[in-house]
Amino acid sequence: MAVRSTITTLFQEVAREQQRQLAPLTDDLKLLQCGLDSLSFALIVARLEDALGYDPFDTAESFPVTFGDFVKLYEARASA
Amino acid sequence: MTLWDSVAGTAALRGGALLGPARAVALASLAQASCLGDRLHALRGRTVIVAIRDQLTAAIALLELDGVAKRMVVCTPDLAPEHLPHVVRSAQADTWLGDSSSGAPPAGVGLDFALEADPLPQRCSIERRACCETEWVLLTSGTTGAPKLVAHTLRSLTSAFAGRPQEAGPVPVWSTFYDIRRYGGVQIYLRALHAGSLVLSSAGEATTDFLARAAVAGVTHISGTPSHWRKALMSGAAERFSPRYVRLSGEIADQGILDALQSAFPHAVVAHAYASTEAGVGFEVRDGRAGFPAILAGKSESGIEIDVSRGTLRIKSPGNAAAYLGAGAPSLRDPEGFVDLGDRLELRDGRYYFVGRSGGIINVGGLKVHPEEVEAVINSHPLVRMSLVRSRRNPITGAVVTADVVLADAAVAAAAQERTADERVRQEILAACRATLAAHKVPAAIRFVSSLEMSASGKLVRPNESPGAIHNDTRKRVGPRESGGEAQEEPSNA
Repeated sequence: MAVRSTITTLFQEVAREQQRQLAPLTDDLKLLQCGLDSLSFALIVARLEDALGYDPFDTAESFPVTFGDFVKLYEARASA
Repeated sequence: MTLWDSVAGTAALRGGALLGPARAVALASLAQASCLGDRLHALRGRTVIVAIRDQLTAAIALLELDGVAKRMVVCTPDLAPEHLPHVVRSAQADTWLGDSSSGAPPAGVGLDFALEADPLPQRCSIERRACCETEWVLLTSGTTGAPKLVAHTLRSLTSAFAGRPQEAGPVPVWSTFYDIRRYGGVQIYLRALHAGSLVLSSAGEATTDFLARAAVAGVTHISGTPSHWRKALMSGAAERFSPRYVRLSGEIADQGILDALQSAFPHAVVAHAYASTEAGVGFEVRDGRAGFPAILAGKSESGIEIDVSRGTLRIKSPGNAAAYLGAGAPSLRDPEGFVDLGDRLELRDGRYYFVGRSGGIINVGGLKVHPEEVEAVINSHPLVRMSLVRSRRNPITGAVVTADVVLADAAVAAAAQERTADERVRQEILAACRATLAAHKVPAAIRFVSSLEMSASGKLVRPNESPGAIHNDTRKRVGPRESGGEAQEEPSNA
């Protein structure tokens, strides 16, 4: 839950800073339809690495498509 | 041979078209149609700023101008108006070619001869007669923010594929995430014109929509930067089409993105190219692995010479650009005649791997960032003594920008008295960056440090500089807090 909460907070924070309209963060929300651009995702991933201490993309076998996929990617690494 | 000469025969025999988001033009139709009509004759022998905004119209105009204009400056759609006088002056341009979106040339840039292209070719009787070998001038980002002008010819731009036998099987349908006015896009544009069709991307189009359009058009060959491809994979739309050839360029491809693409497109050749606007296309790697085999170093039968002896990738080839344009422009080649791509290499197990950029240039999603440009903005803050901008690896855009900042004595004293002083300065620096710089140049993180490493010649030591170039014993550290003070890093609001 802590991981999901951190991710949600960072999505909202970066959307605010980048002046982008963020869609409600449901698990089936497609990442490319959430209102953020690539640079915003890059900032989120960089800050998540600072906050959580890991970058799950370095061992990921596929790229997340939905917000739920994104959270699962980080949660799986946290519990590994 | 002009571009039209090489296209006309193939187009008549095999078809081929340029396909935009809303309109398409058959290449063969351009034998009796033009976006310029009689105006084409007025452009003969001129140096033309091609400022057409619409990508499909620009694609046709470039095809029509080759062999007619003496020099054409291919403006990228994001060229800032304040850089236009520099571009006009450096190219010694005398003519503006726009469209209904670009309007007339701004007053004061010295272009009093201006023409407007029609958005679509109009049927007319046209004689496509060459008068010269046109110089193609491409823009690439420079240290100060003003673009550098890189002069090519059609021969240098097509050297990687011209004269080679065409692929057997169905006519390829090419596409690219790039705008065709950038080097990576020009390459695909010219390949498509030589054999096949081209599906153009559109700046305002969602990745999902572009890939759906590419699938409907039957795209077989498609290129983009690793960042483009990461975004495509995140869209979930990539799995709905099945290209035969997937190309990565513009950024270094890591093993993760190569594996992900091969998994998404199991029947495709996934290739990554080593190229730059100045060096042209050096070579392509098709074995599915990051880096390139050491045996590629040396001179190939095709006349391309790859050198790694100085720790960076240097290329001498017919694809090299001729020169930078403009008064005082630096030499494009080194004394040995090579163009240095600036990619630093490391040899491991018979293979060269990319380990950073010389000169500290940062590549954020295919967009270059010159650290000096960002540092100039940061250093303009009255409480900043100096700064060092560097790259941080990122799985989405390849890299993001971060900054180490040494505060002036006054700020250090204030921070000792007021706990939030550092944070206030951080926010002010970020606000200045956001007001002045493109979003990808704004630091993702700012770290306050007590000092930065300097060389004996008084220059900042950049983390990507070759260890051989600057010896440890000639370095010193300069800063208001010569000792003590742990660096603290916090994410910025970039």
